Parts: sequence; C-alpha cells; structure tokens
Amino acid sequence: MPQTLAQKLVARAAGRAAVTPGEIVVCRVDLAMFHDSSGPRRLKPMLERLGARLWDPARIVLVTDHYVTGDDAESRAIVGLARDWARAEGIRNFHDGVGICHVVLAESGYLRPGMFAVGADSHSPTGGAFGAYMFGIGATEMLGVVVTGEIWLRVPDTILIEWNGRFGDCVCAKDVMLYLCERFGLDGGAYQALEYAGSAVEALPMQERMTLANMTAELGGQTGLIAPDAVTCDYLAQAGVRESEIDIAPWRSDAGAPLAAHHRFDAGALAPQVAAPHSPANARPVAEFENVAIDVAYVGACTGAKLEDLRMAARLLRGRRVARGVELLVAPASRKDQDAARREGVLGALEDAGARLLPNACGLCAGYGERFAPEARVVSTTARNFRGRMGAASTEVFLASPYTVAASALVGRIADPRAVLQ
Amino acid sequence: MSGRAWVFGDDVDTDAIAPGAWMKFDIDVLSRHCLEALDPAFARGVRAGDVLVAGRNFGCGSSREQAAQALRHLGLAAVVARSFAGLFYRNAINLGLPVLECEQAGRIPAGAEVALDLEAAAIRLAGGETLRCAPIPGFLLDILRAGGLLNQLERRLAAARERKPA
Repeated sequence: MPQTLAQKLVARAAGRAAVTPGEIVVCRVDLAMFHDSSGPRRLKPMLERLGARLWDPARIVLVTDHYVTGDDAESRAIVGLARDWARAEGIRNFHDGVGICHVVLAESGYLRPGMFAVGADSHSPTGGAFGAYMFGIGATEMLGVVVTGEIWLRVPDTILIEWNGRFGDCVCAKDVMLYLCERFGLDGGAYQALEYAGSAVEALPMQERMTLANMTAELGGQTGLIAPDAVTCDYLAQAGVRESEIDIAPWRSDAGAPLAAHHRFDAGALAPQVAAPHSPANARPVAEFENVAIDVAYVGACTGAKLEDLRMAARLLRGRRVARGVELLVAPASRKDQDAARREGVLGALEDAGARLLPNACGLCAGYGERFAPEARVVSTTARNFRGRMGAASTEVFLASPYTVAASALVGRIADPRAVLQ
Repeated sequence: MSGRAWVFGDDVDTDAIAPGAWMKFDIDVLSRHCLEALDPAFARGVRAGDVLVAGRNFGCGSSREQAAQALRHLGLAAVVARSFAGLFYRNAINLGLPVLECEQAGRIPAGAEVALDLEAAAIRLAGGETLRCAPIPGFLLDILRAGGLLNQLERRLAAARERKPA
C-alpha cells in the first residue's frame, strides 16, 4: 500500500510497518522542545507532584525566548526558574536568550529527516520543513511526554499542496501562507498533515521552507511537511550534523498514496499578500492596501526574522531611509542569524536605513512584554494579527512578507515591494 | 451537568481566551481577563456550571494551555463548539475541561439552559430538543473522568509503584 510521508513518519515512531489515517497510535518521541513560558514554570510543579524523573534529558531541548527581555520582576522570575531547573535536571541542550526556539532548534542541528518530535509551542510544525513529524502541544501534554517518552496521535490524513513554476520577484513563502490562509481559512488544515511540494517549493532555501511549515499553525494543520532533499542536507551539514546521521531516502510520499485533498497552484501567478486586521485569513493582494498609512514596520518572529527574511528586507532598504514618522523595528530571530547578517552587510543596511534593533526573542509577536501602542497601525512579518495579541484592542496589525514590510517602511504606506524596487 | 450558555462566534483564538499581557501571572489573575476583548462581562459573569458555546475552530492560535485552564478555573462545565482547533482540544482534555463538538451548536441561544451528557455525546435544551455531538473517544473520556492528564499520570505512577515495591 502506498503511504504518505506523514504515515511513514508516524509508523516509524509507533513501531509499525504501516498505519492507516484515522487510527489512534502511541508514538515514541525522539525530541521534546519547550521554552521558558511553556516549559519549566509549568512542568516543575507537576513533576514534583508526581515525584517523577525525566525520561531522557538528552532528548529534551530548552530554549528561553518569550520572557528573556526581562521587562519586569515576573518575567525575570520565569526565566530564572528555567535556568535553575535546567541546571538541577542536567539539561545540556539549553539555549538561553540566543534566539527563538524554532529557529534555534534548526540551526543547532537537532532536527533530522525521519524524526518524531513535539514542541510546547504552536509554531512547532516548523520542524516539518526537515521531513520530521513535529507538532505543538500544551505544557501538561508535554509533562506526559517528558515522563513517559510517548504521546498518542490520530494518524493524520494528508493534504498535499503543490506550488509549481517560479515565484515572481519579491514573492516568498510568507505570501504563500497568507494566500493559503485566505483560500482555506484558519481551520483549512483540519488538524491533519499538510505536505508542501512542487518545483517552486523545491527551489526554496531551508529557512523559506521553515516559514511554510511554521505557518501551518495558522492554517490549522497539525504538522507541515516537506520531503527532505539536497537543500535539507546542505543546511544540516552547516548546522554540524554528520552525513552518516542523515538518511533522506525513506522520507517521501509514495506515488498513489491516499490524500484527503490535493491542491495545485501556479507560483508565478501569486502577488505579494497583506492580511488586514485581525486575522491572517484576511489576506488580499498588496495592491488592495496601498493607501494604508503605517506608524510601525516590524521585522520579527520565527516566521519573519530569520537570516533569509533579513536579507529580503535589506534588499529593499539598502541605500535608502525609512519614511519620516515611521518606526522600523528589527528583532533578528536568532543571535546566529544576526551575526551572519552582520557579517554579510545585511544588518548594516537595515541600521543605515533607520532600523532599531531589538533582542533575539519572540518580542512583540508574543505580546508577553513590550506591546504596540493603542491605535498604532503596524505592518509586520509575524504570523498572527489577532485583536489585542501584539497591542491594545485598537492596535491594527497588517501581516506581510519581509519584502512588503520593508517597502512599506520606506514609503510610509503599505507598498508593493516590486514598485519600490523599480 | 447543566448551566447557562455563553455564546461566541467562529475562530475564537487563545490570545483572546488567555491574553498575552497577563500570561506572566497566575491563573487567578489571568482568568479575570479571559475573553475580555470579546465580552468584558464574561469573566465576572460566569457561574459554576455554565457552558461556553462557540462556532468553528474554537481555540485557534497559541498552544498556551492556560486558555483551557482559565475557562475551567472560571467554573465552566464545558465548551461546546461546531469545531475545535486540534491543539486546544487536546489541551482541554488534558486540563480536565470537557469539550463537545456539535454541528448544531448554532441552535443554542445565549443564556439558554443546557444539559450535557458527555458519555452519550448529547446536549439537551430546555425546550426538550436534543443535539447530537461527535462522541469523545473512550481513552479521552478516561482522562476527563480522572480530572485531567496530571491526575491520571499520578494514579498510573502510584499503581506502578505498588506493583514494584522499591
């Protein structure tokens, strides 16, 4: 029986030759990731109540990223608790204040094709870009994982989303996902496995693929998979993974595998997208927003401030200045990406254009610390613009790609990056 | 179980249920701000046993389980929705908050008295009408009966210790 990539990944983790969509299985977890907000602050008291030990500290990765800016005593206490817990439990895979968990997990070489992984954060499908079955869970479910090493799963159906041809200039993964949110709705993924494929997806660098997988959360999918290939192998080699540890051959869908749906799109027909407040599903082509004046342009988050995203923004901003009255904020998704951007002149181009650098953290996207002002109108590379998430109920957040956010910062209104470059 | 219905729409997100600005505080403080952007009277007005009724994709967005915890902390007996975001559904079960998926949730008016039967996956309205829900799988009903995953794990570990005395 031909199987999808999702079925193969779940079958391996369940210790089975094959699995059928719809059945409930118990999977062994290869990797469990959590952060300062979802992790120790909630796990520690529950572990103490159970008197239980961690099943395998070597399979646990802890990243502090939500409260690391330490704006107040409560935030500092949450991060302090995470540090103390990591020391007491002997967590060696601890990354403290060096970036956002999904980006740190990838760049540190933890993810491999074929893995079954969970993260206590909704954007955990990001790991699916590596051909790993990764999905988000809550802290109590994470407690179950770190005590037993197992988790139940309904074997998902697969929704195959193909993009063929070539994306036009200044069109990128973020535009794809905003378009799909509008096309299918925030529950279009139906908590099943989404698989992204086609020649346009294969042509994307790893961090762009991560953006596709990442925003599977906004589409309501459980995970967002991309079959691993030479691009995956090159990225993993750079992340320090030995070649002998990578096997990509088994991890692709068979021809004729059962699909719940199969959608095909022409990459060349996609325009830059902008999602109006207060939902990613409010996406429309950028041309429909061109008179919208903005106060703030935000390049941040695991979705929109990786090295590839910073490069996109720099392509627009190099040699130019942001419009008068517009604040451009840049929070690179990891220190590693920030350092690389510094070395290749990308960060300098952003700063010369007038960008203010913010810490390598979730920052304003999570809305757990500093928040946007009431009535402020923001264009942002982040994933969610729900009412009140990043600011007050009256704050308006428009979602767009790094190209479009940078173009808008230059013009002072939401702007088509292709027009700005002409 | 039975209570009054509080009715919300589609795509209610976890940022609305557990607002980010309050996430650094304990559940007592956080739950006072539950859904305040959609209904400022909600958190103060909920009485133990009330039921939240919503449209499609309830609980979309963030994985923060404090969303389910806050609803339970306020005393809600259950959430009934046309559909749930998968991550919220799992969290709700794990936190011991009953969730019923009901295609006809839209037939429940705000303030209506509703009676729920989780085992039978049915909702009875005051007028006598019965709405069918998607059945909750047995292994998830077990977690709900235990009062959540933490309680279930505690019992399991205790039972394992009894079988294997140290």
